[in-house]
Amino acid sequence: MTQPATAPLRAPLDIEFDYTRSLGPVLSQFMAALAQRRILGARGADGRVHAPPFEYDPVTAEPPGDLLPVGPEGTVVSWSWMPEPLAGQPLAVPFAWALIRLDGADTALLHAVDAGSAAAMRTGLRVRPRWSAARTGSIRDIACFEPSGGPAVPDDPGTAEAADGMTVTPVRLHYMHTASPGEGFYLRGLAERRLLGQRCGVCGQVYVPPRGTCPADGVPTHEEVELSPSGTVTTFCIVNVGYPGQRVTPPYVAAAILLDGADIAFGHLVLGCDPSEVRMGMRVRAVWGDEGVSHFEPNGEADAPYESYERFM
Amino acid sequence: MKQQAAVLGVGQTRHRSKRTDVSMAGLCREAADRAVADAGLTLADIDAVVVGKAPDLFEGVMMPELYLADALGAVGKPLLRVHTAGSVGGATGNVAASLVQAGVHRRVLALAWEKQSESNAMWALSINPPFSMPVGAGAGGYFAPHIRAYIRRSGAPSHIGALVAVKDRRNGALNPFAHLQQGDITLEKVQASPMLWDPVRYDETCPSSDGACAVVIGDAPAAAEAPGPVAWIRATSMRSEPTMFAGKDHVNPAAGRDCVAALWRQAGITDPINEIDVAEIYVPFSWYEPMWLENLGFAAPGEGWRLTEAGETAIGGRIPVNPSGGVLSSNPIGASGLLRFAESALQVMGKGGEHQVPGARVALGHAYGGGSQFFSMWVVASTPS
Repeated sequence: MTQPATAPLRAPLDIEFDYTRSLGPVLSQFMAALAQRRILGARGADGRVHAPPFEYDPVTAEPPGDLLPVGPEGTVVSWSWMPEPLAGQPLAVPFAWALIRLDGADTALLHAVDAGSAAAMRTGLRVRPRWSAARTGSIRDIACFEPSGGPAVPDDPGTAEAADGMTVTPVRLHYMHTASPGEGFYLRGLAERRLLGQRCGVCGQVYVPPRGTCPADGVPTHEEVELSPSGTVTTFCIVNVGYPGQRVTPPYVAAAILLDGADIAFGHLVLGCDPSEVRMGMRVRAVWGDEGVSHFEPNGEADAPYESYERFM
Repeated sequence: MKQQAAVLGVGQTRHRSKRTDVSMAGLCREAADRAVADAGLTLADIDAVVVGKAPDLFEGVMMPELYLADALGAVGKPLLRVHTAGSVGGATGNVAASLVQAGVHRRVLALAWEKQSESNAMWALSINPPFSMPVGAGAGGYFAPHIRAYIRRSGAPSHIGALVAVKDRRNGALNPFAHLQQGDITLEKVQASPMLWDPVRYDETCPSSDGACAVVIGDAPAAAEAPGPVAWIRATSMRSEPTMFAGKDHVNPAAGRDCVAALWRQAGITDPINEIDVAEIYVPFSWYEPMWLENLGFAAPGEGWRLTEAGETAIGGRIPVNPSGGVLSSNPIGASGLLRFAESALQVMGKGGEHQVPGARVALGHAYGGGSQFFSMWVVASTPS
């Protein structure tokens, strides 16, 4: 395959949401105890103590009985060095991710160890928790672990909010979106105020925006087609609902628009008239903005007959 | 040769807007415990577990099959995840059935769930990649234009959607597990509710629910040992097609027509409206009842709304649709498809309670997902084929 003549278009895509988790009866106890600077484990049917506690015994699938205190000191079972911490991680300085078997437990807990350097880390290292000053009933109530042999930390009781059985899990995803060759072809057309599509060599259907492949036949599409900036509203809805991250303010008309010469409609905004005036069959034209087509507006022509767009719905 | 398979037990949670008293694992376990108890079994009797849930951004849980192994008693057993967007619950039931029909396992637990209270499905469905036009507005924004197209194509009167909403919500009030309990809803109230995605009103839209559903599927010897009636799986079918392609019929998708044609053929059904006693159909927006009646062949194209208008889809009608209250009364998205399958089984087991269709012997369970691109269906009956 030959290299495309032009570098692909790229842009960041950042997605974030704070998921709210209900912890349930077992993990609520575990988190509430952390706020009180205590760590709890659960004894399984086989006698092993799990810390953190299980919700359901991996052997019997039954919930645990009363939780029991473990630690607070423990032993590093295994570890990996984090030379360049990422935003949001427990420590801003280089640290170890470690599996720590707390005293009295048979399983290991994953947490950060502030060891200063990788040379100071080893399997078998004895560690103790460093508690956060402001505790909320979260695994972050343990700021990190630290080697037990170090200088004693002042005993600051800090503050503990009443845990309510909930926790927040923020999810932050950062992608670099790269346009496909077909998409890039379309976007470069928009920069020249042209609407470009592609015709499938098998079914002969004209796709705009082009996909680079035909979704029905699964073959690459090569034949380029320039389309009219005029088209027909095949169907639409008026969006009156808001949601987090919405970029267009309701109410707005989200329409399926079939450009003249195309064989598939695509979604776009219809402005330039009251939403109540938009109708199926309305003839519209593209209005150009700084980043391609900003929206469509009525072009004044008589409505297209239903039969002309019925099979594109 | 395909083995006979039957639903031995059904379990579901009381669907609500928030179940903050349990974790996701606890919610799932509640449904699983009820299903195995209904089958007269314990989790230890289960040979394999199949789980399904909605797309990952919906609740921000990746690889739930790892997280749920302990809660579902799946340690040391095969545990599979199925993923087909909104139809996933139905597909989960069908995959579990296939493991029994193939003779691989004797008793399989199928489970699906969603905790919508922990997330925001409309946000998750409206991620706008760079270079694209940000006109998307959740599932409602996606399906409302296709509903408008259906109304234009069929010439249906504008109150049909409201009729479906009233029927399904009143049915939901007969089902103690349904999220919405609106036995006193009226046509006037539905028609006066806010227009969300014109032409779809608030009361014509499914709720956001926390809930789980589980079924135990077993082979013929397992069915013989079951303490109560079972639902024999006469046929299963799944089909898919691209979200968008030139010539796609969004109102009456080819994948749905192909899926049901294969289903009826397998079940030996030639006259669906007279041979199916009750149907649990995935109707997240009320207008999808007449649309799917046509897609499924219960009515000719353009005629589905006439069945709705004549009351033929109510309990006691020619083809009762969603006596459980359907997706319009409870929508834990990942579980909604399996709930349709499970409720169809309950009907032929005669365990529908207040929402039982009298004398139901053959029932359809239906689910769809994505941009009307994934379909999964089964036919269950009170006797084996």
